[in-house]
Amino acid sequence: MLNVAPVPTVRTQKGAVAVVTLRASLPQGYHANSNTPTDAYLIPLSLKWTGGPLQVDAVTYPKASLEKYAFSEKPLSVVTGEFTLTTKFKVPADAPNGAAAQTGTLKFQACNDRMCFAPKTVNVSVAVEIQ
Amino acid sequence: MTNPLTSFSYAAIGKAARYTAISGVALLLGLMACSPRTPVRNTASVKPESTRKKAPEFTLKDSHGAPVHLSDFKGKVVLLDFWATWCSPCAVELPWFMEFERKYKDRGFEVLGVAMDDEGWKIINPFVAKRKFNYRVVLGDDLTGDQYGGIEALPSTYVIDRNGKIAAVHIGLTNKKDFEDAIQTLLDAPVNTAEEGRPGNSPAGDRAAGAGADAQRRAGSHS
Repeated sequence: MLNVAPVPTVRTQKGAVAVVTLRASLPQGYHANSNTPTDAYLIPLSLKWTGGPLQVDAVTYPKASLEKYAFSEKPLSVVTGEFTLTTKFKVPADAPNGAAAQTGTLKFQACNDRMCFAPKTVNVSVAVEIQ
Repeated sequence: MTNPLTSFSYAAIGKAARYTAISGVALLLGLMACSPRTPVRNTASVKPESTRKKAPEFTLKDSHGAPVHLSDFKGKVVLLDFWATWCSPCAVELPWFMEFERKYKDRGFEVLGVAMDDEGWKIINPFVAKRKFNYRVVLGDDLTGDQYGGIEALPSTYVIDRNGKIAAVHIGLTNKKDFEDAIQTLLDAPVNTAEEGRPGNSPAGDRAAGAGADAQRRAGSHS
């Protein structure tokens, strides 16, 4: 359901800052909770980087929109359609030269206006080339 | 020659009779309109008995660790609700189910909630306590979900007749009246004594029980 577009190879240098933008999309009529859902029981959008040579500095989540659905008394904080998640990495001074992969997971929980789908985790991988 | 007086009298009598008749019909219609209406029950809210499949038997545990078998509900109409704390549409239906439990428990009806939260009781218990559930809740698993056609979307609700057969399947938020019509229809139905009257160990073929689930799987294919 959630599609993450392939990310072009990140070419960077030791000691530099690298920015990776994940472009994700949901089909029309579906939404996923934002990273800051309005109810504690709702499962947030969550990007976790788990492996690779880069150090995570900051993750910027997509701007959420407050949407009202037939099943909710209050508007919900959600993402819909196409959205991006941007991660700012620091490239360690002692990072190894050459090609590597920065890997992580994107967890989301989606619904439409009548039903919800089990939380899913999508693996993400970005090719990195450090010079 | 016509006597105008006589003629007038006959006309007057005919007019009065017509007036009386019209008034009577109007009064009758009025009474009908004002009388309390019997709600129309949608009997199509349940499948014909001949097409129903056995509800797959399962054993799941409640919050105290006690095993709950579907067959424990033998002879009862059961509303089997697959739900989760993170499912907002499910939360809309929960108060309805509590109401049904109160209203129909004495007639041989029970709700059984199957919570599909991966985190288990640590997250389910506070939710159940806060909302004051009045019916039993067990922790679901993938195996049980698979027996019911693969629970891809929530809420997924099965209304099971007194003979342990699935009479209605609802995937997604459903109209309260559809549930209640199904429950009432099944409670009023005569018990089929020819049936064993218990949920069965249904083979995979009974996965068709989750008729709507196929559509949901198509809609919900995650990448």
